[in-house]
Amino acid sequence: MTLAVEFSGVSRHFGAVHAVDRVDLSIPEGSFFAMLGPSGSGKTTCLRLISGFEHPSAGVIRIFGTDSGTVPPNRRNVNTVFQDYALFPHMSVRDNVAYGLMVKGVARAARHARADEMLALVKLADYGSRKPAQLSGGQRQRVALARALINEPRVLLLDEPLGALDLKLREAMQDELKALQKRLGITFVFVTHDQGEALSMADQVAVFNEGRVAQVGTPSDIYDRPATRFVADFVGSSNVLPPDLTVRLGGPAQWASLRPEAVRLSGTGKIAGLVTGTRYLGASTRVAVDIGGSEIGAIVASGQTVPEPGAEVRLDWQASALHLMGAA
Amino acid sequence: MTTAPITLPERGLGDRLTRAFWRHPRLLLALLLTPPLLWLGIVYVGSLAALLVQSFYSIDEFSGVVVREFTLKTYGELLRPANADVIMRTLLMATCVTLASAVVAFPIAYMAARYAKGRWKAVFYIGVMLPLWSSYLVKVYAWKLILAKEGIVTWALDAVGLLPLLDAVLTLPVIGGTSLSTSYIGTFTVFLYVWLPYMILPMQASLERVPTSMLEASADLGASRAQTFRTVVLPLALPGVIAGSIFTFSLTMGDYIIPQIVGSSRIYIGQAVYQLQGTAGNIPLAAAFAVVPIVIMLIYLTIARKQGAFDAL
Repeated sequence: MTLAVEFSGVSRHFGAVHAVDRVDLSIPEGSFFAMLGPSGSGKTTCLRLISGFEHPSAGVIRIFGTDSGTVPPNRRNVNTVFQDYALFPHMSVRDNVAYGLMVKGVARAARHARADEMLALVKLADYGSRKPAQLSGGQRQRVALARALINEPRVLLLDEPLGALDLKLREAMQDELKALQKRLGITFVFVTHDQGEALSMADQVAVFNEGRVAQVGTPSDIYDRPATRFVADFVGSSNVLPPDLTVRLGGPAQWASLRPEAVRLSGTGKIAGLVTGTRYLGASTRVAVDIGGSEIGAIVASGQTVPEPGAEVRLDWQASALHLMGAA
Repeated sequence: MTTAPITLPERGLGDRLTRAFWRHPRLLLALLLTPPLLWLGIVYVGSLAALLVQSFYSIDEFSGVVVREFTLKTYGELLRPANADVIMRTLLMATCVTLASAVVAFPIAYMAARYAKGRWKAVFYIGVMLPLWSSYLVKVYAWKLILAKEGIVTWALDAVGLLPLLDAVLTLPVIGGTSLSTSYIGTFTVFLYVWLPYMILPMQASLERVPTSMLEASADLGASRAQTFRTVVLPLALPGVIAGSIFTFSLTMGDYIIPQIVGSSRIYIGQAVYQLQGTAGNIPLAAAFAVVPIVIMLIYLTIARKQGAFDAL
């Protein structure tokens, strides 16, 4: 398996701030790779290290085996879809898309023809002569995508690509991006703070926390078997149990994660508690239950009775749902 | 629970006005716009119109009395070699000053827009504007002393043994002269110095509006620094450059003090207007001269617009 991007001990420090701290990362060729984390966790800096807009303070970044240390951004066969799209406002959509070919010296007619093909690919065939300001947010996003793909990059970087779109459009674009990646076979690396987006689109997810990679794995690895408390809490807001609580819930003295959707409210459950609050989520309701000083969240699917705050309930779960993990 | 009233009583004139403006949004706009529109319409456009009308009158050559009859004779006089020389000289000087200002101002404006933060931004603004706080006349006379034959430049070049270089420059045809303070080089230098802030500030403002991500996008797509500059930075900064050039160009076109203090007996449009309306009493020709910069600016702006200079606005 060829690696599209490989980080070996990469750090990026801004003064005393360790934006990226000793990160090792392997992104396989042809994969759809997500960098997931809260803001300030170093995921965007990692993306900028691949595109070349940041220099590593330490470590080596290899892109298809080549050390990229001395290669400036414009000489890397890597293209980026920027978070704010960064379309050139003074150029038509067609010229925006053709920009990568123009700076290579491709003749006007040829590059415009190619730009129109790319616009057709992102379903904007008739929009070539408009200005970016005349497009909606979703359309601009597609133009940015077409512009980044025209140079046929080996790796496409996407910085919070769907962040500025509304929910419906975001879901549609998720499917489209996924389909496009399959069709082109290009390695996509995208940065997001939205765990749902990462889980639904990516083949592999790297979860970032405070400049370090907390866990790398498939979406189901990350969700079902979080390696650390941080991953369990950030991805899917799990119940993170300290060792003493794990013991109370029938496990060994170790940190553990218990997914709220694995917790059932029943009359014959393992442990009793008091409902302290409920949060309506549409398809389900999240119920917070106090079990003597600690709070456990449980998901009640819609259609089932939701207990009132103050009600006494018993909680039940399958022993295998209690996932043990490291202390970090 | 207390039951507060759902509407609050009006407290006087302030609240009554607020309500009036809320109900009639155009009222406030009209109130705000009327005084400046009166000023612009009557005082400014009015005097321009009067100027334009004057330029179509002529002067009786024997009596020196203004003949209030429509004629193009006065404009014809502009084409006489002596007058055409003045126009060409002014036009060339204004062009050179504007181009040089753009070249000198760009790196300063670029650094200020892209790299200066916090305290350094304040240093930049003060540095650029400080010269504007002192009297224009004082600055020009100071430059006369700097550039004079016995001035600092001569003294400094003599001290490092480069005086022959200065002499060589001064022997150049046209732009040379007996000393820097009486040559075109001197006039040009002072114009450049005095008007430079008017180029830097709008340029900096327009460069500041170019997001960093746009420069990065250009590099990301394979452009070299030079290509990014030509295809992204310059077009986006162009409205600022044009705004700055309107200042430097029209200020140079109209100035009559700098060439009088630092320069030779070869006069510029501003001096021609000054002399014609004063001692010579030839108001129509003075008005015709004054129309020239306006026409040139209109032509310039039309070309700039056709070239797409304002597309990024």
